[in-house]
Amino acid sequence: MGNLKKVIRNCKQATLLIEKKSVSDLSFREMVELRIHLYGCSWCRLFSKQSRVINDMVQELFRNSMTSDIRLDHDYKKDLQSLIDDELNKN
Amino acid sequence: MTVNLNPHNWVSAHADYLYTFALTRINDEEQARDLVQDTFLAALQRASNFEGKSAERTWLTAILKNKIIDVYRKKSSGLRTIGETAAENEQPDFFEEDGHWNPKHAPQTFAIVDKDHLVNKEFEVILKKCMEKLPALWIAVFTMKHIDEEPTDTICAQLKVSASNFWVIIHRAKLNLRACLQKNWI
Repeated sequence: MGNLKKVIRNCKQATLLIEKKSVSDLSFREMVELRIHLYGCSWCRLFSKQSRVINDMVQELFRNSMTSDIRLDHDYKKDLQSLIDDELNKN
Repeated sequence: MTVNLNPHNWVSAHADYLYTFALTRINDEEQARDLVQDTFLAALQRASNFEGKSAERTWLTAILKNKIIDVYRKKSSGLRTIGETAAENEQPDFFEEDGHWNPKHAPQTFAIVDKDHLVNKEFEVILKKCMEKLPALWIAVFTMKHIDEEPTDTICAQLKVSASNFWVIIHRAKLNLRACLQKNWI
């Protein structure tokens, strides 16, 4: 139980578990520890909420940049296609 | 050449897409351009391996992803000693010795995020800047996990990090990102 107590009072460990939970599964023990910690710690509850928002925003950021109109310049593309065509003709 | 590949059309069909994909992950225009070129050339050499199971673009993107990982690996092996330690030393002590939040760095509410597009745009700019501040290896781990949703084992193997170090990086990346947002977005 000494170990359990340590985690329950430990924000560093709790935030690590929050991150772990967002990308994979927690063990049963970890889940219980985290739940108890969050019950008593408003800072980590806030961290958990913000962490989720940040994940969403980062995903949104990448999605948005994939639909943005970033373009290679025309000349570069022309050269690139001739490079490919040359390679094709070699074979 | 396989029927399903059409290299004569590659640049007009996929170059902008691949360039954007690379640029969002490595943030260096020249390097991103080179990666697109390398990807096409590598693809030509492997064209006979293309089985037509996936779309041409998916196949090209997979090749590009491997090239990006090579870049991550090179960047982080050069920087691991200098960059990582510097980043660690510069890091504020988010926690007290007993593991409690240091009150100076504890989470505060920040005003995100409405349906307001202007606000979101601004937030995105800050988010991007905050991400750029993270060490190369952290951003590689973070992106591969949160965006590309690669299995943890794969990330560890490809970036040569241990499983425990993987979680340390995931944790620290988020702590730093959150702190940076809190500092710049109120």
